[in-house]
Amino acid sequence: MKTYRANVMICAGTACVSNHSLDVRKAFEEEIKKRDLEDEVQVVTTGCNGFCGAGPIVVIQPDGIFYQFLKPKDVPYLVEEHLLKGRPVKKLMYVPPEEEVPIPKMNDINFFSGQMLVALRNRGMIDPEKIDDYIARDGYSALVKVLTTKTPDEVIEEIKASALRGRGGGGFPAGIKWETCKRAEGEPKYVICNADEGDPGAFMDRSIIEGDPHSVLEGMAIGAYAIGVSQGYIYVRMEYPLAIERFKIALKQAREYGLLGKNILDTGFDFDVDIRRGAGAFVCGESTALMASVEGRIGEPRAKYIHTVEHGLWNRPTCLNNVETWANVPVIILQGAEWFTSIGTGDVSENPWGGSKGTKVFSLAGKINNTGLVEVPMGITLRKLVYDVGGGIPKGRKFKAVQTGGPSGGFIPEELLDLQVDFEQLDAAGSIMGSGGMVIMDESNCMVSMALYFIEFLVGESCGKCTPCREGLRQLRYFLKKIINGEGTVEDLEEIEIISETMQKASLCGLGKSAPNPVLSTLKYFRDEYIAHIEQKKCPAGSCRALIKYEINESCIGCLLCKKQCPENAISGESKKLHIIDQDKCTNCGVCFSVCPVDSIDIISGGEIVYHHEALEVENDKETSV
Amino acid sequence: MTEVNAARDTKPETVQMTINGNSIETEKGKTVLEAARENDIEIPTLCYHPGLESIGACRLCLVEVAKSSRPGRKNLVTSCLFPVENGLIVDTQSNVVHQHRKIVLKLLIARVPDSDLIRQLATEYGVHESRYVEREDADKCIMCGICVRVCDAMGANALVTLSHGLDKYVDVPNKNACIGCLACALSCPTNAIPFEEVGDKRRIWGKEFDLIRCEVTGEPIGTPEQIEHIAKRSDLPIDSFLKSANARLKENAAESVGVKL
Repeated sequence: MKTYRANVMICAGTACVSNHSLDVRKAFEEEIKKRDLEDEVQVVTTGCNGFCGAGPIVVIQPDGIFYQFLKPKDVPYLVEEHLLKGRPVKKLMYVPPEEEVPIPKMNDINFFSGQMLVALRNRGMIDPEKIDDYIARDGYSALVKVLTTKTPDEVIEEIKASALRGRGGGGFPAGIKWETCKRAEGEPKYVICNADEGDPGAFMDRSIIEGDPHSVLEGMAIGAYAIGVSQGYIYVRMEYPLAIERFKIALKQAREYGLLGKNILDTGFDFDVDIRRGAGAFVCGESTALMASVEGRIGEPRAKYIHTVEHGLWNRPTCLNNVETWANVPVIILQGAEWFTSIGTGDVSENPWGGSKGTKVFSLAGKINNTGLVEVPMGITLRKLVYDVGGGIPKGRKFKAVQTGGPSGGFIPEELLDLQVDFEQLDAAGSIMGSGGMVIMDESNCMVSMALYFIEFLVGESCGKCTPCREGLRQLRYFLKKIINGEGTVEDLEEIEIISETMQKASLCGLGKSAPNPVLSTLKYFRDEYIAHIEQKKCPAGSCRALIKYEINESCIGCLLCKKQCPENAISGESKKLHIIDQDKCTNCGVCFSVCPVDSIDIISGGEIVYHHEALEVENDKETSV
Repeated sequence: MTEVNAARDTKPETVQMTINGNSIETEKGKTVLEAARENDIEIPTLCYHPGLESIGACRLCLVEVAKSSRPGRKNLVTSCLFPVENGLIVDTQSNVVHQHRKIVLKLLIARVPDSDLIRQLATEYGVHESRYVEREDADKCIMCGICVRVCDAMGANALVTLSHGLDKYVDVPNKNACIGCLACALSCPTNAIPFEEVGDKRRIWGKEFDLIRCEVTGEPIGTPEQIEHIAKRSDLPIDSFLKSANARLKENAAESVGVKL
């Protein structure tokens, strides 16, 4: 195998590709050719690095120098300086928020150093379209190990001992699922990989498949061997074309190498995988709806009194796990259950529900500096996740809440920032692990509006089959809208709670049962904010349009900018004189607020200033001086 | 088919369980709802139909179940789907059950304010007024799915649910598939599917059919499409379906006593 002096690892995850990382690759290839470095420097396109807010990303190995926001025009200089003269280019490196000195090495950046990679072990290190790259990093050696040295039951025992719990949200112990499926009557049996990632802002599964498709395939093959399955399916949403493409390539290569198909590695084990594309219905991530969809029926859930491990796909025993769960399997086989259980929380020696072991991939979105994908050990505190790995809140604002677990997850407030992120603690806080979505909110986010936002999403994505979910969501939306319009009453809050309880208890599937979480958790931790909307007609975050007005204060310098930008011509005033907003014409669009160069525009709600830049800065100064 | 025959040949396993404190015996494979109704214990249902596969959509048939091994741990389940088992303890009338059925009915009444059936059921559960928002342009459909399942069972398979969430509705996307048999309309618990029969025409789902009337009594029998479909399925000549049930009954009776009509 040819070795190179340097490898230019160009991120080709969806976010970087959409920021033109492939043009950057082309520029590198051209420049390297031009300077006759082809025998010394190799250009590699990798899967997603996770630091999606900083893309296009390039890492130059073996030094591990990290470059961000690269454009093709930066490339000639970078090649000249770094690759020819050995001087890494500081101006293209990462600079932490509110600091000035750049950090050259990827592993010294908080975002990366705070992580622990298991499911994402090959992130940025391999070309996902080359099976040899995967094999070079121990790929498929776990499959070889189980096929040649372990019985199926031993594999199940290992996974059970690892206490690996389902990463798709349910947290059901994978080993127990495999064992139940193996013992269930009926042939043939199936394994399924659930890649129908539907949470807004979540892209864990997409990233794993795009960046390391063979890890999922190998995990599925190991599961299939343990359970006694010869056919698997991967259900991927159609909105993930790159993931589908990479998985197709992986399937083809694995078949060519004899790692899939008949008589794998001459051991008599047959296994193959087909791709099924989902049309993007959120509910199809629910296992029974997913199986209905694979069978070609309408993707609606059914009651699970009879489990899918016994009667699943085509009524046969079926073991469904999520992408991340499957991707964990090869590592557990190679490193052992003991190693895996050394990471995470709780005691799983008696039962796998006793703790949360291993790592979890989260996507960080919303009001956070380092937007992207991270893998951290279970039990990391929210504070560490938000402030160290996530780099804190932009614009020096204050953290308000984090919404975990996707649209039907819950909100966790500031006072619980030291909560350890695992299945149990999130549940106890009224939220869920879900598939690992995290949306961070700051003080400018109104919690009632945020609850409504997620309820609106669920209104559109409920399958509509059962009464409590379909009709309950309609009513929740109605009462929340009343409240943000200043027409709510305290009785409305009672109605919300009563409807939510019936939804939780009486809905058919997990989607309906968890759908009230955004409302219930905001009511639990931010009830004051609801009451302020109802009793004082005040939106404390200054965001509900019906409850706020904009006013110009004395510090106005009369620059005319807001007057020019106002779409309603609601602002009057002359140059260098105080401007005034005509409240009858103003539609509260907020353009003046965002364009004002001197922060002279106040948001008034419930008769008082609720939010303006200056006040925030003063507060922050106080905080930093303490 | 062999499985069914095998099941018929072997005697079904009996199951001992308790419903509302009364010990009852039933057969393995039945649902809690079936066991309750056999014993004259009424559980309200909307989406349940004895001739169709249950789907657990309306959530009205909720009951609380516990296992005798862990009697304190109660679960709320849909009785139309929950299989009976030995030692199961079922409560069909607990406060919890009553409360959730009441809210389900309150939600439904906001969906179909004009349905007499839902209004009556809601009244039985103490719902007299509600602050919920009523659906705009409400029809009477409660999304129980009986029409879709009955159409499928009858073999025409013309009805489907389209869209999802609040926008979900039932329709006939391919008008040619509908045979105008009225099975959907007649099995709808809330009479939400309109149809009309005027002269020799029947109209349903925006499609007009010829209506064949009994050559003896003049009663409506069905559409040509429907009769052809039934004849094909039952492998009998079309002629045998051209008379109404009343006419055939009369004929058979006359034949048995040797009278010629």
